[in-house]
Amino acid sequence: MLRNFDIDLAEMPIAVAPAVRRQSSDSVKITEQPEVSTSRDLHPVAYWAECMVRIRDDRDQKAFVEVFQYFGPRVKSFLMKSGADAALAEDCVQDVMTTVWRKAHLFDPTRASVSTWVFTIARNRNIDIARRQRRAEPEELGWGPQPEPEQTEVIGLQQETERLGQALAGLPKEQRTMVEKAYFGDLSHSEIAAETGLPLGTIKSRIRLALERLRKGLT
Amino acid sequence: MAYSAGTLPEAMNLIIAAHVSMCDECRAAVEAYDAVGGILMENVDTVEPLSEECLSEALAAIQQVEPEPVQAQPQRKDPKVPMPLESYIGGSLEDVRWRSIGMGVKQSILSTSPDATARLLYIPAGMAVPDHGHNGIELTLVLQGAFEDEDGRFACGDMEVATEDLQHTPIADVSEDCICLAVTNAPLRFNSFLPKLIQPLLRI
Repeated sequence: MLRNFDIDLAEMPIAVAPAVRRQSSDSVKITEQPEVSTSRDLHPVAYWAECMVRIRDDRDQKAFVEVFQYFGPRVKSFLMKSGADAALAEDCVQDVMTTVWRKAHLFDPTRASVSTWVFTIARNRNIDIARRQRRAEPEELGWGPQPEPEQTEVIGLQQETERLGQALAGLPKEQRTMVEKAYFGDLSHSEIAAETGLPLGTIKSRIRLALERLRKGLT
Repeated sequence: MAYSAGTLPEAMNLIIAAHVSMCDECRAAVEAYDAVGGILMENVDTVEPLSEECLSEALAAIQQVEPEPVQAQPQRKDPKVPMPLESYIGGSLEDVRWRSIGMGVKQSILSTSPDATARLLYIPAGMAVPDHGHNGIELTLVLQGAFEDEDGRFACGDMEVATEDLQHTPIADVSEDCICLAVTNAPLRFNSFLPKLIQPLLRI
Protein backbone atom coordinates (compact mmCIF):
# COMPACT_ATOMS: atom_id res chain seq x y z
CA MET A 1 0.00 0.00 0.00
CA LEU A 2 2.67 2.46 0.95
CA ARG A 3 4.29 2.21 -2.43
CA ASN A 4 1.30 4.08 -3.80
CA PHE A 5 2.54 7.16 -2.04
CA ASP A 6 5.09 7.92 -4.71
CA ILE A 7 2.45 8.97 -7.20
CA ASP A 8 3.78 11.95 -9.10
CA LEU A 9 1.65 14.76 -7.76
CA ALA A 10 3.06 17.30 -10.19
CA GLU A 11 1.58 15.38 -13.06
CA MET A 12 -1.87 15.28 -11.61
CA PRO A 13 -4.22 18.13 -12.41
CA ILE A 14 -5.66 19.69 -9.30
CA ALA A 15 -9.16 20.27 -10.58
CA VAL A 16 -10.82 17.10 -11.70
CA ALA A 17 -13.66 16.70 -14.10
CA PRO A 18 -16.74 14.72 -13.09
CA ALA A 19 -16.04 11.72 -15.27
CA VAL A 20 -13.19 9.87 -13.69
CA ARG A 21 -11.95 6.43 -14.61
CA ARG A 22 -9.24 4.24 -13.38
CA GLN A 23 -7.15 3.03 -16.29
CA SER A 24 -4.84 0.41 -14.97
CA SER A 25 -3.65 -0.74 -11.65
CA ASP A 26 -0.62 1.53 -11.66
CA SER A 27 -1.70 4.86 -13.03
CA VAL A 28 -4.50 7.23 -12.27
CA LYS A 29 -5.85 8.98 -15.29
CA ILE A 30 -8.34 11.75 -15.17
CA THR A 31 -10.25 12.72 -18.22
CA GLU A 32 -13.19 14.84 -19.21
CA GLN A 33 -14.34 12.61 -22.02
CA PRO A 34 -16.45 9.62 -21.19
CA GLU A 35 -14.69 6.62 -22.61
CA VAL A 36 -15.65 3.25 -23.94
CA SER A 37 -16.80 1.13 -21.10
CA THR A 38 -14.37 -0.98 -19.17
CA SER A 39 -14.98 -3.24 -16.25
CA ARG A 40 -14.38 -0.14 -14.13
CA ASP A 41 -16.85 1.93 -16.04
CA LEU A 42 -19.23 2.70 -13.25
CA HIS A 43 -21.66 5.48 -12.67
CA PRO A 44 -19.99 8.24 -10.61
CA VAL A 45 -22.00 7.51 -7.44
CA ALA A 46 -21.00 3.85 -7.64
CA TYR A 47 -17.44 4.70 -8.60
CA TRP A 48 -16.89 6.88 -5.55
CA ALA A 49 -18.48 4.32 -3.29
CA GLU A 50 -16.01 1.79 -4.64
CA CYS A 51 -13.11 4.17 -3.97
CA MET A 52 -14.28 4.52 -0.38
CA VAL A 53 -14.42 0.77 -0.01
CA ARG A 54 -10.83 0.59 -1.27
CA ILE A 55 -9.80 3.21 1.25
CA ARG A 56 -11.68 1.40 3.99
CA ASP A 57 -10.52 -2.14 3.28
CA ASP A 58 -7.11 -1.71 1.62
CA ARG A 59 -6.04 1.73 2.91
CA ASP A 60 -5.57 2.47 -0.79
CA GLN A 61 -3.84 5.85 -1.10
CA LYS A 62 -4.45 6.13 -4.80
CA ALA A 63 -8.16 5.94 -4.18
CA PHE A 64 -7.69 8.60 -1.51
CA VAL A 65 -5.95 10.90 -3.98
CA GLU A 66 -8.85 10.49 -6.39
CA VAL A 67 -11.43 11.21 -3.76
CA PHE A 68 -9.37 14.19 -2.61
CA GLN A 69 -9.02 15.66 -6.08
CA TYR A 70 -12.68 15.34 -6.87
CA PHE A 71 -14.29 16.25 -3.56
CA GLY A 72 -11.59 18.54 -2.11
CA PRO A 73 -12.26 21.50 -4.43
CA ARG A 74 -16.00 21.01 -3.97
CA VAL A 75 -15.67 21.06 -0.20
CA LYS A 76 -13.63 24.24 -0.58
CA SER A 77 -16.36 25.87 -2.69
CA PHE A 78 -19.02 24.85 -0.22
CA LEU A 79 -17.05 26.34 2.68
CA MET A 80 -16.37 29.56 0.81
CA LYS A 81 -20.02 29.91 -0.09
CA SER A 82 -20.77 29.51 3.61
CA GLY A 83 -18.47 32.44 4.36
CA ALA A 84 -14.96 31.03 4.87
CA ASP A 85 -11.98 32.71 3.18
CA ALA A 86 -9.78 30.69 0.80
CA ALA A 87 -6.98 29.92 3.27
CA LEU A 88 -9.32 28.78 6.05
CA ALA A 89 -11.29 26.72 3.53
CA GLU A 90 -8.14 24.90 2.43
CA ASP A 91 -7.12 24.10 5.99
CA CYS A 92 -10.59 22.78 6.50
CA VAL A 93 -10.43 20.66 3.32
CA GLN A 94 -7.31 19.01 4.71
CA ASP A 95 -9.05 18.24 7.99
CA VAL A 96 -12.10 16.92 6.22
CA MET A 97 -10.08 14.66 3.94
CA THR A 98 -7.95 13.35 6.78
CA THR A 99 -11.19 12.54 8.57
CA VAL A 100 -12.41 10.70 5.47
CA TRP A 101 -9.29 8.53 5.72
CA ARG A 102 -9.53 8.05 9.46
CA LYS A 103 -13.24 7.32 9.62
CA ALA A 104 -13.53 5.31 6.43
CA HIS A 105 -14.80 2.32 8.44
CA LEU A 106 -17.95 4.31 9.28
CA PHE A 107 -18.91 4.80 5.64
CA ASP A 108 -22.03 2.77 4.87
CA PRO A 109 -22.87 2.72 1.14
CA THR A 110 -26.42 1.54 1.84
CA ARG A 111 -27.19 4.71 3.78
CA ALA A 112 -25.24 7.45 2.05
CA SER A 113 -23.40 8.28 -1.13
CA VAL A 114 -19.81 9.50 -0.80
CA SER A 115 -20.92 13.07 -1.58
CA THR A 116 -23.47 12.88 1.25
CA TRP A 117 -20.91 11.52 3.65
CA VAL A 118 -18.21 14.04 2.77
CA PHE A 119 -20.79 16.80 3.02
CA THR A 120 -21.71 15.84 6.59
CA ILE A 121 -18.05 15.81 7.63
CA ALA A 122 -17.44 19.20 6.00
CA ARG A 123 -20.56 20.70 7.54
CA ASN A 124 -19.60 19.58 11.05
CA ARG A 125 -16.06 20.87 10.64
CA ASN A 126 -17.48 24.15 9.40
CA ILE A 127 -19.65 24.52 12.49
CA ASP A 128 -16.71 23.75 14.77
CA ILE A 129 -14.52 26.35 13.14
CA ALA A 130 -16.79 29.11 12.00
CA ARG A 131 -19.27 29.18 14.83
CA ARG A 132 -17.13 27.83 17.63
CA GLN A 133 -20.04 25.91 18.99
CA ARG A 134 -20.72 22.29 19.58
CA ARG A 135 -22.96 20.35 17.30
CA ALA A 136 -24.77 17.44 18.83
CA GLU A 137 -24.77 14.40 16.56
CA PRO A 138 -27.21 11.50 16.79
CA GLU A 139 -26.07 8.26 18.37
CA GLU A 140 -24.10 6.26 15.84
CA LEU A 141 -25.68 3.04 14.68
CA GLY A 142 -23.00 1.83 12.33
CA TRP A 143 -20.41 0.75 14.87
CA GLY A 144 -19.27 -2.73 15.57
CA PRO A 145 -18.99 -5.67 13.21
CA GLN A 146 -21.51 -5.50 10.43
CA PRO A 147 -22.72 -7.93 7.85
CA GLU A 148 -21.41 -7.06 4.39
CA PRO A 149 -24.26 -5.14 2.69
CA GLU A 150 -26.17 -6.66 -0.17
CA GLN A 151 -25.03 -5.20 -3.49
CA THR A 152 -28.64 -4.57 -4.47
CA GLU A 153 -29.07 -2.32 -1.44
CA VAL A 154 -25.99 -0.33 -2.40
CA ILE A 155 -27.26 0.07 -5.95
CA GLY A 156 -30.71 1.01 -4.69
CA LEU A 157 -29.32 3.85 -2.64
CA GLN A 158 -27.21 5.02 -5.57
CA GLN A 159 -30.22 5.11 -7.84
CA GLU A 160 -32.27 7.06 -5.32
CA THR A 161 -29.42 9.54 -4.90
CA GLU A 162 -29.27 10.02 -8.66
CA ARG A 163 -33.03 10.49 -8.86
CA LEU A 164 -32.86 13.05 -6.09
CA GLY A 165 -30.09 14.84 -7.98
CA GLN A 166 -32.17 14.93 -11.14
CA ALA A 167 -35.18 16.21 -9.21
CA LEU A 168 -33.03 18.92 -7.66
CA ALA A 169 -31.70 19.93 -11.08
CA GLY A 170 -35.24 19.99 -12.46
CA LEU A 171 -36.68 22.25 -9.77
CA PRO A 172 -37.96 25.65 -10.86
CA LYS A 173 -35.14 28.17 -10.49
CA GLU A 174 -36.68 29.97 -7.51
CA GLN A 175 -37.10 26.80 -5.50
CA ARG A 176 -33.65 25.58 -6.33
CA THR A 177 -32.14 28.88 -5.23
CA MET A 178 -34.05 28.62 -1.98
CA VAL A 179 -32.71 25.13 -1.29
CA GLU A 180 -29.16 26.29 -2.06
CA LYS A 181 -29.51 29.29 0.22
CA ALA A 182 -30.75 27.07 3.02
CA TYR A 183 -27.61 24.93 2.81
CA PHE A 184 -25.20 27.80 2.37
CA GLY A 185 -26.60 29.50 5.43
CA ASP A 186 -28.45 32.47 3.98
CA LEU A 187 -32.00 31.68 4.99
CA SER A 188 -33.91 32.21 8.20
CA HIS A 189 -35.53 29.16 9.73
CA SER A 190 -39.09 30.19 8.97
CA GLU A 191 -38.17 30.61 5.33
CA ILE A 192 -36.65 27.14 5.27
CA ALA A 193 -39.82 25.68 6.76
CA ALA A 194 -41.61 26.40 3.47
CA GLU A 195 -42.11 23.57 0.98
CA THR A 196 -39.02 22.69 -1.01
CA GLY A 197 -40.76 20.67 -3.70
CA LEU A 198 -38.17 17.90 -3.38
CA PRO A 199 -39.34 14.29 -3.59
CA LEU A 200 -37.53 13.00 -0.53
CA GLY A 201 -39.91 10.12 0.09
CA THR A 202 -38.17 7.44 -1.96
CA ILE A 203 -34.65 8.05 -0.71
CA LYS A 204 -36.06 8.28 2.80
CA SER A 205 -37.62 4.84 2.59
CA ARG A 206 -34.37 3.50 1.13
CA ILE A 207 -32.39 4.88 4.08
CA ARG A 208 -35.02 3.60 6.51
CA LEU A 209 -34.61 0.10 5.12
CA ALA A 210 -30.86 0.36 5.62
CA LEU A 211 -31.42 1.50 9.19
CA GLU A 212 -33.72 -1.42 9.88
CA ARG A 213 -31.13 -3.79 8.51
CA LEU A 214 -28.55 -2.24 10.81
CA ARG A 215 -30.79 -2.49 13.86
CA LYS A 216 -31.39 -6.15 13.10
CA GLY A 217 -27.66 -6.68 12.71
CA LEU A 218 -27.02 -5.08 16.07
CA THR A 219 -29.51 -7.05 18.12
CA MET B 1 -33.48 20.54 6.66
CA ALA B 2 -31.86 23.30 8.73
CA TYR B 3 -30.38 20.67 11.04
CA SER B 4 -28.88 18.98 8.05
CA ALA B 5 -27.60 22.26 6.64
CA GLY B 6 -25.99 23.01 9.99
CA THR B 7 -27.51 26.45 10.42
CA LEU B 8 -29.46 25.89 13.64
CA PRO B 9 -28.65 27.24 17.09
CA GLU B 10 -26.79 24.80 19.32
CA ALA B 11 -29.82 24.09 21.53
CA MET B 12 -31.91 23.08 18.51
CA ASN B 13 -29.17 20.86 17.14
CA LEU B 14 -29.08 19.18 20.53
CA ILE B 15 -32.78 18.36 20.70
CA ILE B 16 -32.92 17.15 17.10
CA ALA B 17 -29.86 14.93 17.56
CA ALA B 18 -31.46 13.55 20.72
CA HIS B 19 -34.77 12.90 18.99
CA VAL B 20 -33.14 11.32 15.95
CA SER B 21 -31.30 8.97 18.32
CA MET B 22 -34.71 7.72 19.43
CA CYS B 23 -36.60 7.79 16.11
CA ASP B 24 -35.55 5.98 12.92
CA GLU B 25 -38.22 7.71 10.87
CA CYS B 26 -36.66 11.10 11.54
CA ARG B 27 -33.11 9.76 11.26
CA ALA B 28 -33.96 8.66 7.74
CA ALA B 29 -35.43 12.10 7.01
CA VAL B 30 -32.28 13.83 8.25
CA GLU B 31 -30.06 11.53 6.19
CA ALA B 32 -32.22 12.26 3.13
CA TYR B 33 -31.62 15.97 3.68
CA ASP B 34 -27.91 15.24 4.08
CA ALA B 35 -28.10 13.70 0.60
CA VAL B 36 -29.49 17.00 -0.73
CA GLY B 37 -26.51 18.77 0.85
CA GLY B 38 -24.13 16.29 -0.75
CA ILE B 39 -25.67 16.80 -4.17
CA LEU B 40 -25.50 20.59 -3.82
CA MET B 41 -21.89 20.38 -2.73
CA GLU B 42 -21.01 18.07 -5.59
CA ASN B 43 -22.66 20.32 -8.18
CA VAL B 44 -21.53 23.77 -7.06
CA ASP B 45 -21.40 26.19 -9.98
CA THR B 46 -17.79 27.23 -9.43
CA VAL B 47 -15.30 24.65 -8.25
CA GLU B 48 -12.48 26.30 -6.29
CA PRO B 49 -9.09 24.86 -7.25
CA LEU B 50 -6.89 23.75 -4.37
CA SER B 51 -3.24 24.62 -3.97
CA GLU B 52 -0.83 21.75 -4.59
CA GLU B 53 0.39 21.79 -1.01
CA CYS B 54 -3.09 20.99 0.14
CA LEU B 55 -3.00 17.48 -1.28
CA SER B 56 0.63 16.77 -0.41
CA GLU B 57 0.07 17.91 3.17
CA ALA B 58 -3.04 15.80 3.46
CA LEU B 59 -1.12 12.80 2.13
CA ALA B 60 1.62 13.45 4.65
CA ALA B 61 -1.03 13.75 7.36
CA ILE B 62 -2.63 10.40 6.62
CA GLN B 63 0.76 8.68 6.90
CA GLN B 64 0.73 9.69 10.56
CA VAL B 65 -2.79 8.45 11.14
CA GLU B 66 -3.35 5.00 12.43
CA PRO B 67 -6.61 3.65 11.05
CA GLU B 68 -9.21 4.09 13.74
CA PRO B 69 -9.98 0.75 15.32
CA VAL B 70 -13.57 -0.34 15.01
CA GLN B 71 -14.97 0.50 18.39
CA ALA B 72 -17.75 -1.16 20.22
CA GLN B 73 -21.03 0.72 20.23
CA PRO B 74 -20.79 3.19 23.12
CA GLN B 75 -23.43 2.56 25.73
CA ARG B 76 -25.72 5.14 27.26
CA LYS B 77 -24.93 5.85 30.88
CA ASP B 78 -28.64 6.24 31.53
CA PRO B 79 -31.00 4.34 29.22
CA LYS B 80 -33.39 7.30 29.34
CA VAL B 81 -30.77 9.79 28.18
CA PRO B 82 -29.87 9.68 24.49
CA MET B 83 -26.13 10.05 23.96
CA PRO B 84 -26.10 13.57 22.47
CA LEU B 85 -27.70 14.88 25.68
CA GLU B 86 -25.40 13.04 28.05
CA SER B 87 -22.55 15.53 28.23
CA TYR B 88 -24.95 18.45 28.59
CA ILE B 89 -26.50 17.09 31.77
CA GLY B 90 -23.43 15.43 33.24
CA GLY B 91 -24.40 11.79 32.67
CA SER B 92 -27.78 10.59 33.85
CA LEU B 93 -31.09 12.10 34.92
CA GLU B 94 -29.96 11.51 38.52
CA ASP B 95 -27.19 14.08 37.99
CA VAL B 96 -29.50 16.88 36.90
CA ARG B 97 -29.53 19.88 39.24
CA TRP B 98 -33.20 20.76 39.31
CA ARG B 99 -34.63 24.11 40.37
CA SER B 100 -38.23 24.33 41.41
CA ILE B 101 -40.39 26.71 39.40
CA GLY B 102 -43.62 26.15 41.33
CA MET B 103 -46.47 23.64 41.55
CA GLY B 104 -43.98 20.82 41.71
CA VAL B 105 -42.62 21.60 38.25
CA LYS B 106 -38.82 21.74 38.11
CA GLN B 107 -36.40 22.87 35.44
CA SER B 108 -32.73 22.80 34.65
CA ILE B 109 -31.32 25.10 31.98
CA LEU B 110 -28.54 23.60 29.88
CA SER B 111 -25.54 25.55 28.76
CA THR B 112 -25.71 26.26 25.02
CA SER B 113 -25.13 29.20 22.71
CA PRO B 114 -27.57 32.04 23.56
CA ASP B 115 -29.57 32.04 20.30
CA ALA B 116 -31.94 29.41 21.72
CA THR B 117 -32.52 27.96 25.17
CA ALA B 118 -32.56 24.28 26.13
CA ARG B 119 -34.02 23.14 29.43
CA LEU B 120 -35.05 19.94 31.07
CA LEU B 121 -38.53 20.03 32.56
CA TYR B 122 -39.80 17.79 35.31
CA ILE B 123 -43.58 17.71 35.49
CA PRO B 124 -45.12 15.60 38.27
CA ALA B 125 -47.66 13.01 37.13
CA GLY B 126 -51.02 14.58 36.37
CA MET B 127 -49.71 18.15 36.68
CA ALA B 128 -50.32 20.81 34.02
CA VAL B 129 -47.95 23.45 32.72
CA PRO B 130 -49.82 26.79 32.64
CA ASP B 131 -51.61 27.59 29.40
CA HIS B 132 -49.22 29.35 27.02
CA GLY B 133 -48.56 30.40 23.42
CA HIS B 134 -45.28 30.83 21.57
CA ASN B 135 -43.40 33.78 20.16
CA GLY B 136 -41.16 31.44 18.21
CA ILE B 137 -40.63 27.70 18.04
CA GLU B 138 -40.85 25.37 21.01
CA LEU B 139 -39.58 21.81 20.54
CA THR B 140 -40.39 19.33 23.30
CA LEU B 141 -38.88 15.84 23.45
CA VAL B 142 -40.24 13.34 25.98
CA LEU B 143 -37.55 11.39 27.86
CA GLN B 144 -39.75 9.78 30.51
CA GLY B 145 -43.50 9.43 30.98
CA ALA B 146 -45.82 11.21 28.57
CA PHE B 147 -47.87 14.37 28.22
CA GLU B 148 -50.99 15.39 26.43
CA ASP B 149 -52.10 18.72 25.02
CA GLU B 150 -54.35 20.21 22.34
CA ASP B 151 -52.14 18.58 19.68
CA GLY B 152 -52.34 15.02 21.00
CA ARG B 153 -50.44 12.66 23.25
CA PHE B 154 -46.63 12.58 23.27
CA ALA B 155 -44.84 9.56 24.71
CA CYS B 156 -41.20 8.68 25.28
CA GLY B 157 -39.13 9.56 22.19
CA ASP B 158 -41.83 11.75 20.63
CA MET B 159 -41.09 15.37 19.88
CA GLU B 160 -43.74 18.07 19.69
CA VAL B 161 -43.11 21.02 17.40
CA ALA B 162 -45.06 24.04 18.65
CA THR B 163 -45.07 27.21 16.56
CA GLU B 164 -46.66 30.61 16.98
CA ASP B 165 -50.05 29.20 16.00
CA LEU B 166 -50.27 26.77 18.89
CA GLN B 167 -51.71 27.72 22.26
CA HIS B 168 -51.42 24.75 24.63
CA THR B 169 -51.68 23.42 28.17
CA PRO B 170 -49.48 20.32 28.40
CA ILE B 171 -50.63 17.88 31.10
CA ALA B 172 -48.37 15.08 32.31
CA ASP B 173 -49.77 11.53 32.28
CA VAL B 174 -51.03 10.36 35.64
CA SER B 175 -49.05 7.14 35.45
CA GLU B 176 -45.56 8.63 35.80
CA ASP B 177 -43.71 11.91 36.33
CA CYS B 178 -42.84 13.37 32.97
CA ILE B 179 -39.34 14.53 32.02
CA CYS B 180 -38.85 16.49 28.82
CA LEU B 181 -36.15 18.33 26.98
CA ALA B 182 -37.62 21.61 25.73
CA VAL B 183 -36.00 24.12 23.41
CA THR B 184 -37.31 27.60 22.65
CA ASN B 185 -35.93 30.38 20.50
CA ALA B 186 -38.21 33.07 21.95
CA PRO B 187 -40.03 33.63 25.26
CA LEU B 188 -43.34 31.85 25.78
CA ARG B 189 -46.60 33.81 26.05
CA PHE B 190 -48.42 32.93 29.26
CA ASN B 191 -52.01 33.90 29.60
CA SER B 192 -52.44 34.08 33.35
CA PHE B 193 -50.91 36.70 35.54
CA LEU B 194 -48.65 34.72 37.89
CA PRO B 195 -46.57 32.82 35.33
CA LYS B 196 -46.20 36.09 33.39
CA LEU B 197 -44.83 37.77 36.49
CA ILE B 198 -42.17 35.20 37.29
CA GLN B 199 -41.38 34.39 33.64
CA PRO B 200 -38.26 36.60 33.35
CA LEU B 201 -36.79 35.03 36.48
CA LEU B 202 -37.17 31.57 35.04
CA ARG B 203 -35.85 32.55 31.58
CA ILE B 204 -38.80 30.73 30.10
